[in-house]
Amino acid sequence: MTGPIMSTRMPETAAIPRRAWVEQIMGLPVSIHLRGAALGSSRVERQIAAVFADLRHADRVFSTYREDSDLSRWERGALPLADADPTLAVVMELCEQARLRTEGWFDARRLPDRRGDRLRYDPSGLVKGWAVKRAARHLTGLVETSWCINAGGDVLVYAPAGQPPWRVGIEDPANPARVLRIIARAGGAVATSGATHRGAHIIDPYAGRAATAVRAVTVVGPDLMWADVYATAAVARGPQALTWLADVDGYEALLVDRLGAVHSTPGWPG
Amino acid sequence: MRRITLWLLSTVAALVLLFSYHTSTMGTGGTESSPVAGAVPRPAVTGGPSGDDGAGSVGGGTTGQQGNGTYRGSVVRTRWGPIQVTITVASRKITNVAVPIYPNGNPRDEEINSYALPILRQATLDAQSADIDTVSGATVTSDGYHESLQAAIDAAHLS
Repeated sequence: MTGPIMSTRMPETAAIPRRAWVEQIMGLPVSIHLRGAALGSSRVERQIAAVFADLRHADRVFSTYREDSDLSRWERGALPLADADPTLAVVMELCEQARLRTEGWFDARRLPDRRGDRLRYDPSGLVKGWAVKRAARHLTGLVETSWCINAGGDVLVYAPAGQPPWRVGIEDPANPARVLRIIARAGGAVATSGATHRGAHIIDPYAGRAATAVRAVTVVGPDLMWADVYATAAVARGPQALTWLADVDGYEALLVDRLGAVHSTPGWPG
Repeated sequence: MRRITLWLLSTVAALVLLFSYHTSTMGTGGTESSPVAGAVPRPAVTGGPSGDDGAGSVGGGTTGQQGNGTYRGSVVRTRWGPIQVTITVASRKITNVAVPIYPNGNPRDEEINSYALPILRQATLDAQSADIDTVSGATVTSDGYHESLQAAIDAAHLS
């Protein structure tokens, strides 16, 4: 993960046509940006529509807000796992993998529900990254086209050889109108988790209460789901999570501690 | 590279000013009267792209045709000690600022450095923030979307 992303001079970004689409899904803004020569084609429109359709489907299966989601119905015993959307079992298995990979710091099993009056199974911290990386498959067939999906601050990008990397600003948790760092990425994920995220707190699963030792953690790496899981686990774990993440192959992290000081793993790009 | 050279010059001057400010308010009774800016020899981009984005890495001696890489300014001697600034460039944008050499004669210097560096880095990134393509952050929700930086970026490209 070290070294400049670009090894040769690239054409001016401004010279390549760019187009964006935005929809609100899962309570989050999801924006897709494409760069390439033929962005007005009906094929492009179909592929973009397929990405958003995938994400809306994931919302119907996994929403913790909807009483009629597969997850909610399964949880109250109204829907056997075998009869649920098959992705529910897939995600549950991934959540268990995530718990093991993070040494227990990511744990979907006992999280406070929206009203905070009970503990429930909540895979939301993994579902978004999983759903976005899965939906991105609809864009991989667009030749000579760069794409960037941003789902509520978690980013997955791709730029083919000959096109410039995407410049990803990392939000300052103390002032969301500013960026702390900018990194250039030609592929892969940039995921950020904060101590206060969407109005809810990230729970320290060992202490059973909101984690407060860090303000935000950003993780870069090849896979959006794992980058997001690691970022969430690192917020729960606190500043010492950097030592753990430094040993995770392919992923690097930037951490803003409670006082606003910025720390990163040795291989952090830029 | 001319812009970057100029930028390095102004950065070193700004850094020296920051050191100067803190030193003078510490009441250590500096007696030299030479203006701060005058204490700054002309910095120059001495390294080419180094092929390494590690702060403080040394230029590899290649020419600057590509523009990407880490550049280091000359070591500038000030009345408080030597200062060197390095910048990392990708796609002709500065992506990081580091000060591998700075005065460390007393414990306050360490403190000043930790104060000045984030200011420099922020100023650099602010100046270029119009050029970012997307924003990664924990606070972007549908409710707050319309006031977000991401919304501004999206708006510029919606068709």
